[in-house]
Amino acid sequence: MNQNIIQINQPILSIQNLSVAYDKDKLAVKDVTAGIKKNAITAIMGPSGCGKTTLLRAINRMHELYPNITTTGQIKLYDENIYDMSTIKLRRKVGMVFQRPNPFPTLSIYDNVIAGYKLNGIRLKRSERDEVVETSLRNVALWEEVKNSLHKKGNFLSGGQQQRLCIARALAFKPEVILLDEPTSALDPIATAKIEDLLIDLKESYTIVLVTHNMSQAARISDNAMYMYLGELIEYDETTRIFTNPQNVSTQNYITGRFG
Amino acid sequence: MKNTDLIENERNVFVNDHQKVRNFKNKLLLVVVVLFSALTAFPIILIVGNLLVKGYHQINLAFFTQVPPDTFTAMMAKSSGQIIPGGIVNGITGTILMVGFASLIAIPFGIMIGIYLYEKKDARYANFVRNITDVLQGVPSIVIGLITYLWVVISITKGYSALAGSISLSIMMLPLIIRSTEETMKMIPPTLKEAAVALGTPYHKVIFKVLIPSSLGGLMTGILISISRILGETAPLLLTALGNPAVNWKLSQPTSSVPLLIWQFYNDPNMVSLIFSSSLFLMGFVLTLNLISKRIAAKRSIQ
Repeated sequence: MNQNIIQINQPILSIQNLSVAYDKDKLAVKDVTAGIKKNAITAIMGPSGCGKTTLLRAINRMHELYPNITTTGQIKLYDENIYDMSTIKLRRKVGMVFQRPNPFPTLSIYDNVIAGYKLNGIRLKRSERDEVVETSLRNVALWEEVKNSLHKKGNFLSGGQQQRLCIARALAFKPEVILLDEPTSALDPIATAKIEDLLIDLKESYTIVLVTHNMSQAARISDNAMYMYLGELIEYDETTRIFTNPQNVSTQNYITGRFG
Repeated sequence: MKNTDLIENERNVFVNDHQKVRNFKNKLLLVVVVLFSALTAFPIILIVGNLLVKGYHQINLAFFTQVPPDTFTAMMAKSSGQIIPGGIVNGITGTILMVGFASLIAIPFGIMIGIYLYEKKDARYANFVRNITDVLQGVPSIVIGLITYLWVVISITKGYSALAGSISLSIMMLPLIIRSTEETMKMIPPTLKEAAVALGTPYHKVIFKVLIPSSLGGLMTGILISISRILGETAPLLLTALGNPAVNWKLSQPTSSVPLLIWQFYNDPNMVSLIFSSSLFLMGFVLTLNLISKRIAAKRSIQ
């Protein structure tokens, strides 16, 4: 057992000996074991190509979209192995937000928020739909900005607003966990600050896992932080400790900006 | 000598920039390019002008509502200096029937195959299908007519029929729709598909509710271009639909079409002026479809 990895009590997600390989022998994630704390923000950091995005995508099985993937080990959501769940059930509980805002261009703002219900053929009453849309948009602080143009297409929104719309779309499903893959790397500093405030508010009711290239972002908003290098989980600790007193040399070099 | 000295030496070599010669060559090339494009555009303008001048006086209400006259009536009208009575309604309805039915066959097949080629880019079978599609695009239309004659006219409808005509036309449409579908799908950002998949959307709904609606503009353009491509096809219809002097809406019967009528008018010295009006109509129709498809492509392109 790697002593640089902290144990999480009663984790919402427990990743156990997870390895993901491309083309049979190229390991992107090597034997990662870690727990994710409930109602907290966990950041995954590391240089490009270290496997952090693959690890994140493995949590809601989006990595299975890539060709020739083999996955070993397991991830448990509470007590259930996610590789035994149906993807529809899993992705309802584990939502995802991507690097670039990707609202559906053919749908209105309203329909974008409830896209998860529409695309899965789940019928809601009109009042329920209205409520889901309003609470989701209020949660991402977008309601006041778009309440008069709910039935217009979302392409007039700014990048930051579109990204908040995508978060609202993930929230509409009332997931347990939200995965974010560098959600602010395509945004300007003001929009980034808004999203960061939003994430801090959201952790009251959701568990957030965040991949980020931006170390100061990880330092600002995360509670726990993982450092990955070449597919391995090198260090996992509380954010304040990992930034002030990293145990591993590689972590230290990365955090002090010597490489990465 | 040191390396820096070498560089310094080369800097001091006088370079002749041949500026005048280069400018002259540039201008010459520009003239050649403009000249050649004018040479290309000129015949097209001549064709359109010629059709307009020779064809417009035949176009009236009867042209769209009546069948062509027999040779004798046409000869009488011609000798007394009047316009030829009658029109090409059997050709128009036949074209609508056959092109419509051909689209009904080719659009679903073409879009499904196009989606398959996009989804399984590198699969060996997909490459095979893609190559076959390219081959099909190069098959001469008369050969497709001949094959349809063997398959449909002889063995299914036991005679010339609109069905056979539609099938030959749909075979001609297929490669165009397949390739345009594949190319349109490639332009959709992959993040859009990820967004749908991340919401747990089943595969068939990703295709029908996300991929197809997002690429509707491109799909429509491909379909309209393939329709305007087959509107003027004559060779395969000669061997399959044959032609019909009366209006026919039955798939099992021989049917006329506008290009077939043009071919028949050409073979009758008394009907010459109808050739031009029919050609004018056909060209105008194809041109309109092309313009519409350009409009759609510009309006609904994916940013």
